[in-house]
Amino acid sequence: MATAAHTLTPEEASANPPSEAVVVRFAGDSGDGMQLTGGQFTLSTALTGNDLATFPDFPAEIRAPQGTLFGVSAFQINFGSISIETAGDQPDVLVAMNPAALKTNVDALKPGGLIIADAGEFGQRNLDKAKYTSNPLEDDSLGKWQLLKLDISALTVEAVKPFGLGNKEALRCKNMWTLGLALWMFDRDREPLIQWLKDKFAKKPELAEANIAALNAGHAYGETAELGAMGIAQRNVAAAPAEPGLYRTVTGADSIALGLVAGAQLASLPMFYGGYPITPASAILHALSRLKEFGVTTFQAEDEIAAIASALGASYAGSLGVTCSSGPGIALKGEAIGLAIMTELPLVIVNAQRGGPSTGLPTKTEQSDLYQAVYGRNGDAPVPVIATRSAADCFDCAIEAVRIATQYMTPVMLLTDGYLQNAAEPWKVPDMSSYTPFPVTHHTELPPEGEKFLPYARNEKLARPWVKPGTPGLLHRIGGIEKAVDTGNLDYSPKNHQAMTDIRRDKVLGIDVPDQVVGAGQAGGKLVVVGWGSTYGPITTAVRRARTKGLDVSHIHIRHIWPLPKNLGELLKSYDHILVPEMNTGQLKTVLRDQYLVNAVPLNKVSGQPFTIAEIEAAITRHLSSDAAEELGPDDTQLPSTEAVNP
Amino acid sequence: MNEITTIRPSTPKDWETDQEVRWCPGCGDYAILKAVQRTMPEIGGTPENTVFVSGIGCSSRFPYYMETYGFHTIHGRAPAVATGVKLANPELDVWIITGDGDALSIGGNHTMHLLRRNLNCQVLLFNNEIYGLTKGQYSPTSREGTRSPSTPFGSVDHPAKPCAFALGSGARFVARGIDVHKNLPSVLKAAHAHQGAAFVEIFQNCIVYNDEVFEPFTAKPNAQANQMWVAHGEPLLFAGGTKGLALDTETLTLKVVDVVDGDTSGVIVHNVKNRAIAHLLVEMPFGPFPMALGVIYDDPAPTFESAVVAQNQAASEGKKPDLQKLVAKGQTWMVDKQPHAI
Repeated sequence: MATAAHTLTPEEASANPPSEAVVVRFAGDSGDGMQLTGGQFTLSTALTGNDLATFPDFPAEIRAPQGTLFGVSAFQINFGSISIETAGDQPDVLVAMNPAALKTNVDALKPGGLIIADAGEFGQRNLDKAKYTSNPLEDDSLGKWQLLKLDISALTVEAVKPFGLGNKEALRCKNMWTLGLALWMFDRDREPLIQWLKDKFAKKPELAEANIAALNAGHAYGETAELGAMGIAQRNVAAAPAEPGLYRTVTGADSIALGLVAGAQLASLPMFYGGYPITPASAILHALSRLKEFGVTTFQAEDEIAAIASALGASYAGSLGVTCSSGPGIALKGEAIGLAIMTELPLVIVNAQRGGPSTGLPTKTEQSDLYQAVYGRNGDAPVPVIATRSAADCFDCAIEAVRIATQYMTPVMLLTDGYLQNAAEPWKVPDMSSYTPFPVTHHTELPPEGEKFLPYARNEKLARPWVKPGTPGLLHRIGGIEKAVDTGNLDYSPKNHQAMTDIRRDKVLGIDVPDQVVGAGQAGGKLVVVGWGSTYGPITTAVRRARTKGLDVSHIHIRHIWPLPKNLGELLKSYDHILVPEMNTGQLKTVLRDQYLVNAVPLNKVSGQPFTIAEIEAAITRHLSSDAAEELGPDDTQLPSTEAVNP
Repeated sequence: MNEITTIRPSTPKDWETDQEVRWCPGCGDYAILKAVQRTMPEIGGTPENTVFVSGIGCSSRFPYYMETYGFHTIHGRAPAVATGVKLANPELDVWIITGDGDALSIGGNHTMHLLRRNLNCQVLLFNNEIYGLTKGQYSPTSREGTRSPSTPFGSVDHPAKPCAFALGSGARFVARGIDVHKNLPSVLKAAHAHQGAAFVEIFQNCIVYNDEVFEPFTAKPNAQANQMWVAHGEPLLFAGGTKGLALDTETLTLKVVDVVDGDTSGVIVHNVKNRAIAHLLVEMPFGPFPMALGVIYDDPAPTFESAVVAQNQAASEGKKPDLQKLVAKGQTWMVDKQPHAI
C-alpha cells in the first residue's frame, strides 16, 4: 500500500512491522462524525477477521468551535493478520477532514505514509483557524508523505444530489464517503454497513439512502480513479490467526457491564447499580440500564456519594451493590467505602481512571489512582483491588470482583481507565457454562436456643454472615462505629479495636488470589517488565519484540493489585532488574518497593496518552544496562490530536 | 424462636433492644424513642420487616435502641442508603432518623432528592437547632444570634425552616410534633399511613447545649396560647379555640382573628391536600402567630420505588434473561481454522 515506495529503516521496521499490520487514523472536526466512522470501520475490520485495537481520542468539549485545533476528534485503529495488542505507534494512513485535523495529526504519520485530505475544506478561513500561513496541500511542506487530496466535500454533495438534502445535511454524509473509500482501500464488504445505515435511519429513509449513496460513491471513486498510478493500491489484510470460535468486538465499558451482569448471575443475586454521570465511566451506567431483565436495577443518584450510599444500602438489603465512577467521583465516595469496610458488606466499585488531579483531563487516560484505590481512605481501611488489562479482560475482572465481594463480604475496587473504556477489540464470546457459579445464600439460620445471633461471627474466610432485613429472628444493627468482635455491638475498647483492625486486614490479605504467572519469558533472568492495567498492550508487544531480538526480558502483568499474589515477591527477586512502566509518576513501583524491598525502577509517562511500543522497547534496551529511573515527556509522533492548543 | 414471629401482637417492649441508651439524661430523644416504640405495635409493624436508617449525630444513635433491623450510616447519607434499601426490597418498612445538621446541612442534597422522588418511607427529623454530638456549635436551624462555641458573638446566618424546605422539595407529607407531647404517636401513625416520603419535624430539646429553646410554645404555661394542632376538616384554631387563622385576601397572607362565641366563620378550614395552606402554615413566623403542629400536608402521589419496579417489569416483559445470548449480542463472526503460532 502507501508505504510500498518507502524503504523502512531497521528501526522503523522494528517500531512497526510492515505488511501484516496497518494503522489508520481518521481525524476531523468534532462535528464530522469521526468516532462513528472509526467505529464502523472497526466493525468491518472485525468482520474481516483481522485482529485489531482502537484508540478513540476526542476533546472534552461536546461541540468545540468548528475548524479549531482543539476541536479535532480522532480515531485510530491498528489491524492486521498478526496478533494486535495496541492501537499502533504511528499511523500508516491519515484521513484529515480539515486543516486543523491535518495540523494536529500529521507529525504522527509514519514517513512515507499516506495522507488523504479533503481539499474542499482547505479554504482560507479554515487555514487561518488552523494557524497555517500557507496551504499545506499546495506548498511542499508535506513532502515526506504521500498526499491524496480530494475535494471530498464536493464529491459528497454531488453523490447525494438526487436525495434533495440541504447543503449542510449533504455535507454531513462526508464521513460515509470517506469510509467508502477506506473500505475500498482494504477490500471490505460494504453490506454490513449498508444494513447498519438502514437500521440507524429507519425512520428517515431518505437519510439512509443519501448516506448509502455517499458510501458507495467513495467506494466507486477508489475503483474508478487512477489511484494505482499514484502508488495507492488496494490492499487485502488477511485474517489474523485466532482460536476457533464465535467472535464479536467489545469495548471495555461494555465488557465491564457484561461482566458485572454475569457476576451477579453467577452469584444468584439481583444487582443494584447506583451511578452518577462522569466521563469516562458513564458508558457502564448506560449499558446496564438496558439490562433490566437480568435483575438489574439502575439508579442515577443525585451525586457520587448517594450513588455509592444507595448501592451499599441495596447490598445491606441483599442485592449486589455496584457503583462506578472516575477519580474525582471515587474521592467523594471515600467515606462510604469506609462504611462498607466497617459494615463488611459486598460492594463493587469501578474506577474508570482519567488524568488527574481534580478535574484533570476528563477524556484522557491515566493510571494514577492506584494509591487512591489501595490507600485512599481514612483509617486502616483495606480493600481488594483488581486491575483490568484489556477490553476483553474487563469481563473476567468484573466477575472476579463480584466473586471476591460476595465471598469475603467486602467492597472491591475494580480499576479500568479511559483508554480501555472506549477502546474496542475482538473478543471471543465466552462460553458461560464454563464459569463456575458462586451462588450466595443469605444467612437465615437461627442461633441455638438461648443464644444470641452474632452478626460479626466469621467463617473460614473471615467473612461475616450476610443477613437480609426481612429475615425473622436475626434482628441486628450495623453501622460505622467500631464493632465488638462477634456481637457487632458498639465497642471503643483498645483491645477490641486492635482485634477488629487485625481481622479486617487479615480477611483481605487472606483472599485466594491466583499465583502470578509470567506473561512472556520465564521466572528468573536479567530483566522483568512489570505492568498493570492498560499498559498490557504496549508492554506485551515490546517484550515480544525484544525477545525476538534475543534480549533476556520477561513480562509480568499484575491483575490483583491488592492483595498481591503470594508468589510475587519471590518471582520479582528472581530477576536482576525490574522495570515498571506506568501512566503515573510511579505508584505500583512504590507498592512493590514497600512490599518486597526490591529495586523496582519506574518508567513514567503522564501525558494523557498511552505508551507507545517503541518507548517501552527502547527502555528495555536501556535498562538491560542501567537502572536509572525515567520520565517520558509527551511524544510528538503520538496521538497529539487534541493536546492543549488553546484558542 | 420461630414462635415469636407468629400472631401475638407486639407490645412497645418488643421494640426495645438490650443496648444501654446513651443519650444525656433529660434529652428529648428518650421521649421520641418511647413514642416510636409505642407507635410500632399500633401500626401493626413487624420487627423483621422494619429498618431504621440513620446518619450521624445524637439522633442517629436511634437504630441501636430499636429491636428491628438498623443501619447507622455516615453523616448526611441516610436518605441515600435508605433509597438503596427500599429499591432492593420495597416490602421493607423504612424509617430514616436524622437531625437538623444531618438532614439540612451535610445531607441537604439527599434530603431534597429523597423527598422529590417520593420514596415510600418516614423521615423523622429531630430538630434541636444545635450540633449536640460535636459539643454545641450552631446548626442550620439555629436562630440568628445563636451564641455557640463556633459563633461566640452570635450566628449571623438565616436559619433553614425544615418543613418549608420539605414542601419546597416536593414532599407530599409534612407534619410537626414535639418530643414530649402526647400527640407525637398519632403524628407518627399518620406519617406511616401515608404512601410516599413522609416528613416529620420533631422539636427536640437538647438539655445540654440548647435547653429550653422551644419553651415559648412547649412550656406548659405557653402551650395553650401558642400551639396550634391542625386537623383535616377543622378550622385552624388555637388559644383554646378563642383565636383562629384567616386569610387576608388583600395581601394573601394569614391573619389572626378572635373567635367569639364559637363563631368560626372566616377561619380557614384545614385541608391536608391544600398545598397553599401548607405553605402558609410552615412559613408562618412564630410570635405573631402560633406554632402549627400535627399533619400540615398529606396528599399522596405515586412512590418512587413503585415506579422503578413497574418500569423494571415493563422493560423485562417477554424477555428471557439468557446470559449466553447477551454476551454474543451484536455483530459476530466465526473463526473456523485452527490456531497457529504467531
